[in-house]
Amino acid sequence: MRGITSWGTCLPHWRLDRTAIAPVAGGGGGRGTRAVAGFDQDAVCLAVEAARIALASGTSTPQPRQPDALLFATTAPPLADHTNATVVHAACGLAPDLTAVDLGSSVRSAVGGLVVALRGSGATLVAAGDVRGGRAGSAEEAGGGDAGAAIVVADDDPSSPVVAEVLATASATAEVLDRWRVPGEPHSRTWDERFTEVALRPLVLDAWERALATAGVTPDAVDLLVVDAPTARAGAALARATGATRVADDLAATVGVSGAAHAMLSLANALEDLGAGDDPAGRVVALVHAGDGADVVVLRTTAALPGHVAALGAGRTVVGQVAAGAPVAYGRYLSWRGVLDVEPPRRPEPQRVSSPAAWRAAPWKYAFVGSRDPDTGRVHLPPSRVSADGLRTDTMEPAPLASATGTVATFTVDRVAYSPSPPIIFAVVDFDGGGRFPVELCDLAPDEVAIGTRVELTFRRLHAADGVPNYFWKARPVRGATAPDASVPDGEDA
Amino acid sequence: MATHSLRDRVAIVAMGCTPFVEHWDKGLDDLAVDAVSDCLEGTGLTTADIDAYWLGTAQGGMSGITLARPLQLVDKPVTRVENYCATGSEALRQAVYAVAAGAYDVAMAVGVEKVKDSGYQGLNAVPVPGDGTQRTLTAAAMFSMVAPAYARRYGVDPAELRAAMARVATKNHANGARNPRAQFRREVSAEQVCNAPVVAGDLGVYDCAGVADGAAAAIVCRAEDAHRFAGTPLFVKALSFIAGNGGGLGDPTYDYTTFPEVAATARDAYAQADITDPAGQLAMAEVHDCFTITELVLAEDLGFSARGTAWRDLLDGRFDLDGDLPVNPDGGLKSFGHPVGASGLRMLFEAWLQLRGEAPPERQIATVGPGRTRALTHNLGGYPGEMVSFVSIVGTETD
Repeated sequence: MRGITSWGTCLPHWRLDRTAIAPVAGGGGGRGTRAVAGFDQDAVCLAVEAARIALASGTSTPQPRQPDALLFATTAPPLADHTNATVVHAACGLAPDLTAVDLGSSVRSAVGGLVVALRGSGATLVAAGDVRGGRAGSAEEAGGGDAGAAIVVADDDPSSPVVAEVLATASATAEVLDRWRVPGEPHSRTWDERFTEVALRPLVLDAWERALATAGVTPDAVDLLVVDAPTARAGAALARATGATRVADDLAATVGVSGAAHAMLSLANALEDLGAGDDPAGRVVALVHAGDGADVVVLRTTAALPGHVAALGAGRTVVGQVAAGAPVAYGRYLSWRGVLDVEPPRRPEPQRVSSPAAWRAAPWKYAFVGSRDPDTGRVHLPPSRVSADGLRTDTMEPAPLASATGTVATFTVDRVAYSPSPPIIFAVVDFDGGGRFPVELCDLAPDEVAIGTRVELTFRRLHAADGVPNYFWKARPVRGATAPDASVPDGEDA
Repeated sequence: MATHSLRDRVAIVAMGCTPFVEHWDKGLDDLAVDAVSDCLEGTGLTTADIDAYWLGTAQGGMSGITLARPLQLVDKPVTRVENYCATGSEALRQAVYAVAAGAYDVAMAVGVEKVKDSGYQGLNAVPVPGDGTQRTLTAAAMFSMVAPAYARRYGVDPAELRAAMARVATKNHANGARNPRAQFRREVSAEQVCNAPVVAGDLGVYDCAGVADGAAAAIVCRAEDAHRFAGTPLFVKALSFIAGNGGGLGDPTYDYTTFPEVAATARDAYAQADITDPAGQLAMAEVHDCFTITELVLAEDLGFSARGTAWRDLLDGRFDLDGDLPVNPDGGLKSFGHPVGASGLRMLFEAWLQLRGEAPPERQIATVGPGRTRALTHNLGGYPGEMVSFVSIVGTETD
């Protein structure tokens, strides 16, 4: 049996109220919210967050199962002519002996990776992240969303059982230029939305019928249909055309259509929905992706699903993350995306990261691995070759702390230091089990931190200089799904 | 192995100091020439008579040529040193050691910094190529974490602590108002200090040292040769310096209410100078008041106040110009700004003026007298948990 053994999703903390757009942009917007990546999150960061959850939660063994391949998909690759998947690989602390490649740079690439993984062999981690934007006031801006999603595909194994068995995959391909972006341009362009629907409809139905035939199910036997289409409107129309009766939330009202991440994000949400339900096993889930053709995946849930959903925890489900966000003002959103050029602090901007230095420090920089002195238990962050008393050299053991939680010992708010989004909120964090590190906080307002605040680590892009993204870790409050919202009005602190 | 006291083996026989202001019209070279000229004036010496030079500048230039070129020093050993914000003190330290070692008869320490050409707010370190994981916080933010930690540890009402921090600012600005070399020459009220725009944490603009350009210089020689120079020399009683290992940043027991490197240099210096009651035996102290909360904690780390009581001593006026132990009678970093390479020597310059009775009457302290002929300068660099610290003790009498 082959199928999905695990998944993880990442919704960034911030939400843009679409009604805030029109008063500034003169039009556009709409109802509901869209998910907004922090100024310090790019597609890689979102994918890393999702992949770390997928790797940690899909196994009963203490060490995450090492996949044989890592596929990273996005429409917004931080770098071209360089594999961004290697950053995901490093941040997940994966061993060197696997294939890690990018799938780019269209929305379809992520679903394509999932389909290929389901048809293939070995364990494959398919990770996607996307930061979707558009011109101020455009439908793309309002309808898009930022998210990360990751799925592990593998053969059934007692330590990491399949939670959704693949019954069929089918694809249909045709050249339909309804959405495009010239490399280097910030925003995509689109043709008429009705053209998309008309051109894609026969392709979707063709793949749909073939997939159902292979799976041996009829449309009314599909317990939950997940449709990922370029727009919510096209998706709704295509869903009706399939004849399936129960259609999953397309997340348009809360998250927005999150590009390459959206198919796996929506599928994860559907699995979480079924897994928490009364009769979780043996349910048929179908994923339909429309865009540059069509891809259909038909899955059947197993008895392992509910346990997996329970282990994930309510705060890490899509629904839980939707409920936990905090609003971001439209002006700040525009500045985060570089649309609004805001006066920076009169301080030097960080210089570009030295590639050799980053390479030497990779376990620390990308995977937050410190060192632990076996004689004293003292944890060094960053790692140290020499013990704290200066007496022993090269006796340290690695101390991987990326998954550790900690407590704020003291903190401050720096209103002068350079930041792409001032002020810097900063805390001295004592990690459970040892180790102290002074670290920048994120995903909170200045009045949300106190001595004693519980925090966890998150992989972020601190800044970029000379085109080199600088990735490192920040800490954020550990939030439950019911955490109180924090508002970040225009011109205020965030 | 131990630190050996050089007490009374080396004397400071001349000093010079430029005004510390925004010298838009002067470059690093001009400031160095001005400070050295001021230092040589009245000594009968020329730069050719100085055997060796130590230049302290954090970011003003590389190598001794930074000083040799503008001063046209011919065939002289000139060494550029840097040790964070204690750079000026480091220059003095090296010059004293060279003379004590017998390598040179007469040496000069020069500290100079041209900060205002950068165009940035505050002080900024020259970036070293790195892996991108280093903190980018301001010093203000790092030191701002001390105030709430101190209030909590000693159960001090935050409003009272706030008032004590404001007292540091009002005291030092009052002193600076009486000093023609100071950058800020206006007194400020506690209300102004407390209502100033916030920089980091609870530190407002008036809780932070200013930013200025400046230079200072000192000539040192063997103590037995000091009589060749006019006036009363300052004998070096103690020099202590520690470069911390950064352990505080990663030590969960470090609570941000003390600077261990400072306490250690103070112990070392007091042992060298045989001081057992610093507040009673010293006539004055110049300390590194980069932020108001810093001076408060320094009063405890340097042994002027018992732990947890410096805030009260400040409010009681113990460290005022007319207090039991005047601290920063020249106005401190608060009034002078902090041209990094020069500040350590600027502190020493105030000891030079006060102990020799040369401070202007409106600033002359009354504590100098029989049995109290010594002054302390304290200079630090870095941050709580990761700091360099320097302490010197100088005095007008040999023991």
